[in-house]
Amino acid sequence: MATWVWFHKLASPPHVYRIAGRLARWFAVPGVLILILGLYGGLITAPADYQQGDSFRIIYVHAPAAWLSLLCYATMALAAAVGLVWRMKVAHAFAAATAPIGASFALVCLVSGSLWGRPMWGTWWVWDARLTSQLVLFFLYLGYMALRHSFDELSRADRASAVLAVIGLVNVPIIHYSVYWWSTLHQGSTVLRAGGPSMPPSMLVPLLLCFFAYTCCYGALVCVRLQAEVLNRERSPNWLSRNE
Amino acid sequence: MEQATQPTLETRALHLWRGESHVLKGLSVAAYAGECLHVAGANGCGKTSLLRTLAGFLWPDSGSILWRGTVISEDRDSYTRQLAYLGHDNGLKADLTVVENLSYATGMRTDVNPRAIVSALERVHLHALADRPIRTLSAGQRRRVAFARVLLADAPIWLLDEPLANLDASSSHELTRLVGTHVTRGGLVILTAHSELSLPTTILRQLVLS
Amino acid sequence: MPLTRTSHAVWLVYTRELRLAWRRWGQLLQPVVFFVIIGALFPLALAPEPLLLQTLAPGVVWVGALLSSLLGLESLFKMDREDGTLEQLLLTGQPLSLLLLGKLLAHWCVSGWPLVMASPLVGAMLGVPAHAQLTSMLALWLGTGVMSLLGGAGAALTLAAQKGSVLLSVLVLPLMIPVIIFGARATDLAVHTETAANAVWLLVSLFVLALTLAPVATAAAVRISLE
Repeated sequence: MATWVWFHKLASPPHVYRIAGRLARWFAVPGVLILILGLYGGLITAPADYQQGDSFRIIYVHAPAAWLSLLCYATMALAAAVGLVWRMKVAHAFAAATAPIGASFALVCLVSGSLWGRPMWGTWWVWDARLTSQLVLFFLYLGYMALRHSFDELSRADRASAVLAVIGLVNVPIIHYSVYWWSTLHQGSTVLRAGGPSMPPSMLVPLLLCFFAYTCCYGALVCVRLQAEVLNRERSPNWLSRNE
Repeated sequence: MEQATQPTLETRALHLWRGESHVLKGLSVAAYAGECLHVAGANGCGKTSLLRTLAGFLWPDSGSILWRGTVISEDRDSYTRQLAYLGHDNGLKADLTVVENLSYATGMRTDVNPRAIVSALERVHLHALADRPIRTLSAGQRRRVAFARVLLADAPIWLLDEPLANLDASSSHELTRLVGTHVTRGGLVILTAHSELSLPTTILRQLVLS
Repeated sequence: MPLTRTSHAVWLVYTRELRLAWRRWGQLLQPVVFFVIIGALFPLALAPEPLLLQTLAPGVVWVGALLSSLLGLESLFKMDREDGTLEQLLLTGQPLSLLLLGKLLAHWCVSGWPLVMASPLVGAMLGVPAHAQLTSMLALWLGTGVMSLLGGAGAALTLAAQKGSVLLSVLVLPLMIPVIIFGARATDLAVHTETAANAVWLLVSLFVLALTLAPVATAAAVRISLE
């Protein structure tokens, strides 16, 4: 019963606004600190890769961004589904807040992957499995945001893009698998790797720290954006919060 | 005229927002079998929205709609089968003939009886045009075919949005008479219209939205 | 009996779509012509070298077929919304997802099957050998099915949006990437006289997945659009 009370309170915009503000601070401070720690460990302390030298260090920016872009899509689609099923407008606001953040992570992954490929392969783009999969994910984000902006009425934009997000969520594992399968057909497994078959702890620990830091930063960013979304929707007094 | 004690269709504290405007503000109205409810009001006051909410296209933001005492969200399919809806558009395919349109529309709800289709067309005086494609008919004739579809739906509740638009005087009169017949046989008609309807005041009731 | 009433209603939707398409059969040919033109563009844009074209053929056939089937998708629901027949579907008392399944399958028959029939011609233009045509057609038959199903859901979503056409492509094409990967692979294997069974079975599973999920998503999208 307590969980249901908590869930119902989540539907109230002022309550969400307050919580988001508090959570943003809780996420931002550790996020930035751990990010500094992880980047220091990765860029300075970790030993150079035996194959790629120092250029592998971009993995500390690239890999966490890839993981975050997938996490963002999952949370966006889940929030959208909650908004559809329980008709909670705050859930739709959360999905709208997450989308640009996830798209930015995908873009960071693409750009850093491109920069990674340049010294190794001499080209600005490699059809690596992860990069290609991220490219498709980026297109999915663009489609979601484009659909959202093509409606005049906010509630319809919310629900139509929610249906699209759920369709996308079902498709993301399929696309991911098929792109990896396609990649193994044509050249070999993921090209942009580092550290050989197993990474030594001095490389691995900073990487894990960066993963955690990115997740915290995502938490902070989405809370701030959620506050903005709630304010935007609350500006007309008739925005009801429903919970059935 | 005596009214049944339980209303056929009832709304309780119905609230509806379309975008930024508060269209239905706590509307509570009861409609009984054997009457025609004429929903009137200025443009944009929510007449079409009310009809579409009753038809199930729009979900109210709060409040409930009851059909014979039960909330319609509990059994939407049964409720939907009691309705016949005529909106601004006729719900007819332009490339199909009159008879094809009517048999498709009816066949999805009940069994199709060719003789029933013929008699419905006779009641709207379009029997001669039965095999003509809809796109060759005038706007008034198309409206009458749509009315035939409503007749064939075999539904006690009719929701008609501006049914007499684009009709000349005689067609208007004919269709008003059909509405009157349906009501006197115990059906319920809820309609919107800009002009006054020539129906006896015993069965006609007005609801003005503001 | 409710079950036969529902299947009868689905059958009526299906046959109505086919009848409507037949009344304007000229419009059925447009995607086919588009497909053949695309098949002709690639040799013109590259070089008419048989080996080069044969390497590219599976990709060109598949991308061409998908782009061509995209053409007919935007108008899938537009006409129905304008003449009011779409909202009547919500008032039949039958499950909307099944009625829309009938509509999507009819669209597949009307737009996908002609493309499959035309694919040997396009394949021959690009040097696909005769022994590979049958497998290629089977794979394309399944792929256009997924396209109609997923594309129909996309078309319903963009129905109420302001500018539909390019938005629809942006939404649908990334979702079709698995179909392109497995489908072109099937054609490629067939061209090299290897067995394409695995790829075709993957296409079958994608088709079945789309068959179960697309109608539900399309029904939700149609309801949202009709408000």
